[in-house]
Amino acid sequence: MEIIMSVVIGFMFMAAVYLMLSKSLIRIIIGTGLLSHGAHLLLLTMGGLGGEAPPVVAYGVSVSDYADPLPQALILTAIVISFAVTSFFLVVAYRAYQELGTDNMELLKGTEDHE
Amino acid sequence: MSLVLLIFLPIIAALFIPLLFKKVGQIHTGWFVLLVPAALFIYYSTLLPSIAEGGNRVSELQWIPSLDIAFIAYIDGLSLLFSLLITGIGALVVLYSIFYLDKYREQLHNFYVYLLMFMTAMLGVVQSDHLISLYLFWELTSISSFLLIGYWYTRDRSRFGALKSMIITVFGGLMMLGGFVLLGIMGNTYSIRELISQAPELVGHDFFVWALVLILLGAFTKSAQFPFYIWLPDAMEAPTPVSAYLHSATMVKAGLYLVARFTPIFAASGTWVWLVTGIGLFTMLWGSFFALKQKDLKGILAFSTVSQLGLIMSLLGVSAAGFHVENATEIALNYAGFAAIFHLINHAVFKGSLFMIAGIVDHETGTRDIRKLGGLMSLMPISFTVAMIGAFSMAGLPPFGGFLSKEMFLTGMVALTEFDLFSMDVWGILFPVIAWIGSVFTFIYSFYFVFHTFAGKHKPEELPKPAHEAPKGMLISPVFLAILAVVIFFIPNIVGEWLVKPAVAAIQPFMYDSPSDVHVHVAAWHGYITPELWMTIGIFAVGGLMFWTLRKWQHQYERFPNTLNSLYDKGMFLSDTGANRFSRLYMTGFIRSYLVYMFSFLIIIVLGTFVLNDAFAIDMNNLAPVGLYEIVIMLALLGSTVTILFSKSRLTAIIALGAVGYSVALFFVIFRAPDLALTQLVIETISVALFLLAFYHLPQISRKEERMRFRFGNAVIAVGVGVTMTLVALAAHSGKALPSISEFYKETVYTEAGGGNIVNVILVDYRGFDTLFEIGVLGIAGIGIITLIKLRLTKKEGQHENK
Repeated sequence: MEIIMSVVIGFMFMAAVYLMLSKSLIRIIIGTGLLSHGAHLLLLTMGGLGGEAPPVVAYGVSVSDYADPLPQALILTAIVISFAVTSFFLVVAYRAYQELGTDNMELLKGTEDHE
Repeated sequence: MSLVLLIFLPIIAALFIPLLFKKVGQIHTGWFVLLVPAALFIYYSTLLPSIAEGGNRVSELQWIPSLDIAFIAYIDGLSLLFSLLITGIGALVVLYSIFYLDKYREQLHNFYVYLLMFMTAMLGVVQSDHLISLYLFWELTSISSFLLIGYWYTRDRSRFGALKSMIITVFGGLMMLGGFVLLGIMGNTYSIRELISQAPELVGHDFFVWALVLILLGAFTKSAQFPFYIWLPDAMEAPTPVSAYLHSATMVKAGLYLVARFTPIFAASGTWVWLVTGIGLFTMLWGSFFALKQKDLKGILAFSTVSQLGLIMSLLGVSAAGFHVENATEIALNYAGFAAIFHLINHAVFKGSLFMIAGIVDHETGTRDIRKLGGLMSLMPISFTVAMIGAFSMAGLPPFGGFLSKEMFLTGMVALTEFDLFSMDVWGILFPVIAWIGSVFTFIYSFYFVFHTFAGKHKPEELPKPAHEAPKGMLISPVFLAILAVVIFFIPNIVGEWLVKPAVAAIQPFMYDSPSDVHVHVAAWHGYITPELWMTIGIFAVGGLMFWTLRKWQHQYERFPNTLNSLYDKGMFLSDTGANRFSRLYMTGFIRSYLVYMFSFLIIIVLGTFVLNDAFAIDMNNLAPVGLYEIVIMLALLGSTVTILFSKSRLTAIIALGAVGYSVALFFVIFRAPDLALTQLVIETISVALFLLAFYHLPQISRKEERMRFRFGNAVIAVGVGVTMTLVALAAHSGKALPSISEFYKETVYTEAGGGNIVNVILVDYRGFDTLFEIGVLGIAGIGIITLIKLRLTKKEGQHENK
């Protein structure tokens, strides 16, 4: 399963990077969202997917049977932060539309005069 | 302690200057400033008797004790002489500036703050015993000089000159710092006195010559030696009091001070003797030669300063040669050290007065162009007298101080021919010859300066203002200096006893134990005709003749190209445009380019590390079983990802992104991460809502939303990143270099932290700070969002200056 997951993660990263390299601001934001999903899965896979029980202490479960709690803790933090970043991006895009009337990165570049 | 604090007195006084300027505007701020150098001068004078007997004063103020860096004020003969020059000339210059700078039109607070800052810096340079604090003060003189040259900052030439001086002197300062560090490594101390006491051991060290050259670079740039002198003529854009003070009497002498101070350490090296004497003498010739090309009064004086600094520099080089001679105190070579210091005093006196006269001429006629001037003698008799005394002293005529030191300079140069070390026996004859030619040109430009300004035909129609004598107050300082130039001629040995000999003893400790050992008697007439006297007579004769015919051959100067300056200009231009063009090459302004750089480097670095460490690994054991649910969810995930890639509309893409998020949440469920699944579901729902909200509010710019065009370059990079990440995931899963800390968490979660949900306990207990900062990030994002939405900058017209 881990090997399949590794390939899936690679595919998600590929799609995310491809989206981020496009001209449209909204696509770039979608790309970052996809990138964070990929990163979460990567963390999970790195720790190993085989766990018999969720990492909650329970009677009758030996220590080795719990799923690895460390990646889960990291991912939990990452989910919240990526949410913060995505929503910030969205508002930036929204304001950029309002002020400048475009989401094309080529047009948002600015002109020589502004440098 | 108190001595160290006195160094800082001017800069502390500077704090009150803006206040005085704003509140007590009717009194010229200069009067308050005058108190500072005057008081310091009186105080330093009281130290004279004890220093003249060979004593010294030390006081220390800790700065960075952990690094053993301190401000140490060490006053011996050399430091005291310079301190007296700085405060004495400083007081006269401030007095002069009171009449030179108008209290209503000029920004006096800026001017005097910079001037006082310079005073502190310069006192610090000449009194510091610690190399690092010496460097600090050294750079501070460069900075205050920059600010003072650029005082009239609205003028292009001022800014250009300020930048030029700054670049050249700071370059030299950095080189000097390198030399200091090398010295510190060699001697394991930063104290100059301790280094001097270890001088014999330092000579053989590998770094010795490096340190020597680097420190000389610092000294040569500061003292405007060839080929670094080019900043000094452009520094003449500064107000004249500044030119008189910084660029002739004090700051440019910092390099001389440095050479004098380090002579006891480096004198043992032949390189030192050759470099200091050779460059100094060449600079003297070069400066005096090109002084005659100048049309600007201050330009002539600037080149003359370059030349005179070279003269003193070469004398310091000769004084170091005394180290290599057995009976140095008995032969003519011993005149060199004395002559260097003596001429330094004379130069400060006559050049200070000449600069002030140039300022007066500029002030009262409105021009400094010597072609427009002439015949001012009858209109400005006092200025003329002062200028004549100064110029004659500079030319080396009796009865003025310059005559004595000039003759001693020639003595020193002639003495070099008898010196048989460092192949001086072959080349030695060049030194007196160059010195003589330089002196001839010195004679000519001195006369050129005075007589082309004050004699000849008066041309009132070419002057912007009708010429008249300067106000009395403005004349006090130059007249005082002119009187001093005459007085020195008649009491040279008293000056020698009190000022010169203690300084010479500090420069040549290998020859003299105390100032009283310096057996140099200065006399205008030795009772018989010496070779030097013949040389002097020759200078007067040839110089006089050439000055007489100056108009016939002066235009020949136009043939000489301005190579060094155009080299500097081209260098500055090229580095400016070149750097700009180079960064334009990759700073395109497209976010795509930057992302491409980042991702490419990511691929190169990660894959490179893989290759270098042979980290490719696939572990087929310990794999979790593949189940039906997993396959289904995985297909959903891949399907929605592909949908994002190929969707035509944004709405589809957003919904597909939501699908990816929910699939990930389902994965979390299957892989036994209930907390993650819950969080992911909540967050994903909010995210999709947010996306849709933003999408809803966005104006419809275009109906036809293009499908993403396929771009090969992007695809290559995307695939590269994807492959890299797959490899990373495989390697991370397969090779476990270290045992995971997870086991510790699993075992101790209940006993140590008293919780059952391991993930939660990690977040709030073991890694509590991470969570705290995560909340911080959320908070910052929230504030950012609110400001973006709520705060609207009202567009102001005229903000874009470039439109």
